[in-house]
Amino acid sequence: MRTTGTILAGLVVAMALLSLAWTPYDPTALDPAHTLLRPSGAHPLGTDDYGRDILSMILAGARTTLYAGVVAVVVAALAGVPLGVAAGMWRGWPSDVLMRGSDLLLAFPAVLLAILLAAAFGASTATAMTAVGIATVPLFARVARAATLQVMTREYILAARAAGRRAPGVAARHVLPNIASPLLIQASAAFAIAILAEASLSYLGLGAQPPTPSWGRMLHDAQPHLFTAPRLAVWPGLAIAVAVLGFNLLGDGVRDARDLT
Amino acid sequence: MILLRRTAVLAASLAAASAAVFAACAVLPGDTATVLLGDHADPASVAALRHRLGTDRPLTAQYAGWAGALLRGDLGVSPVSRLPVAAQIGDRLEVTLSLALLGTLAAVALAVPLGVLAAAHHRRPLGAAASVLGQAGMAVPAFAAGILLAYVFAVRLRVLPAGGYVPFLADPGEWLRHLVLPALALGLVQGSVLSRYVRSAVLEVMREDFVRTVRAAGSTWWGALWRHGLRNAAVPVVTVLGLQIASVLAGAIVIESVFTLPGLGQLLLRAVAGRDLILVQGTVMVLVAAVLVVNYLTDLLYLLLDPRLRTS
Repeated sequence: MRTTGTILAGLVVAMALLSLAWTPYDPTALDPAHTLLRPSGAHPLGTDDYGRDILSMILAGARTTLYAGVVAVVVAALAGVPLGVAAGMWRGWPSDVLMRGSDLLLAFPAVLLAILLAAAFGASTATAMTAVGIATVPLFARVARAATLQVMTREYILAARAAGRRAPGVAARHVLPNIASPLLIQASAAFAIAILAEASLSYLGLGAQPPTPSWGRMLHDAQPHLFTAPRLAVWPGLAIAVAVLGFNLLGDGVRDARDLT
Repeated sequence: MILLRRTAVLAASLAAASAAVFAACAVLPGDTATVLLGDHADPASVAALRHRLGTDRPLTAQYAGWAGALLRGDLGVSPVSRLPVAAQIGDRLEVTLSLALLGTLAAVALAVPLGVLAAAHHRRPLGAAASVLGQAGMAVPAFAAGILLAYVFAVRLRVLPAGGYVPFLADPGEWLRHLVLPALALGLVQGSVLSRYVRSAVLEVMREDFVRTVRAAGSTWWGALWRHGLRNAAVPVVTVLGLQIASVLAGAIVIESVFTLPGLGQLLLRAVAGRDLILVQGTVMVLVAAVLVVNYLTDLLYLLLDPRLRTS
């Protein structure tokens, strides 16, 4: 399972890297003379209603997808991990207040936050993914807190404390390295969630703005042509599924490997 | 006692959520008066309109006014469309509720058989196949599943409509026909996520001592599952189902766009585009309150399902 995940996620990364150096055509170049072409030697996946080469758009869209995942996971981890570690180390009412506050965020669906942020700061991949990151904060906080609570019972923490190390030092030197692996699993799952959210938000017009190539917006643009050119919806849909499946399996694989040891 | 505490938590959460929603809308740039009068209006009339709308008051006073009215069920009047917000939301609530409800039903109908199958054939080909199916379902965005379903059933087979809505009271049959595809699209994804929890809940329960006793007394795996396993496996599954309500509503907002359903999602997107802040506040608040109330009801439901939790 981990191998499949690595291959699929690696494929998306490879597509993104390749698109930095080379795409068959400029993914944003309009060509009114060659719209809605069927797949051919010149355009292996055909062209869309503006004459853009679909293969080039799919390759370049991988970049948007990975960028989206990185932004969302970094935002969520930067806020959620310190929150969870602090709540795990302190105990008592401050910890309860922190966790209740972060749980309240669970009541705000990511799409709602993204709509609000897009209205405030303009629609872009960065605002949309910041919203998704904020919505994912409670997940990181919970995982970090649960793992911290476990680590805090270990002797090496007692030893560090007894040696007079202060809480931030204990958190950085002893807690963080020991809760890294559940956090990595969570990050992998959050990455998959972010990819799904990016696609949905771009579909609603709240994510990547034209001409940035995005799989979600390709699906949006494909919908009016469902009767005449359903193939336009196939490739972006497949690309999203491959990326999400890849990062989900990667996370599951790491978890299973850990459980065996 | 436990009921009282849960209810207090719900009330506190609702109050905190209303403050958060208000604060989020307060920082949105571009106030309603400027939007209504245009960028070139003279400052005096903008100020006059601000005064009439009450948006020149301090934020705390505005919040107190809004939250106080909220408690009485009054969400204010939208200055853009001059319609009461509560009425506008009421008109569209049925669409979103119908979609969320049918979507959840579809999710459960999919997740329980798939998850039980995966558990029954744990570490065997059929169980692996059920797990793979669940993984694949999780990887497809709901709106993409919607487009696919619309293509197959509306474009190719022409058996179901690709969009639009008919109120339940107008024609229940047509209501269902118009909601089948959107609900399936929503349920496919939610159900795939849920099926993993069903699988692990069933696996866990079937390893318990009381199941071993029942099976030692001659019951089959399926018999033990039917009589004792399902009820016990239901507790964690109901928890997840309750937590999923936020993503069900989020999914519904997107699915409404795919199938042009006139629900809360469409209302919200239009309100944001038109800077109709009162309407945005009201709609977001209703959606968030729905999530909190459903989570509260879920808590109560598993007190019913599992008497052991009542004492703790």
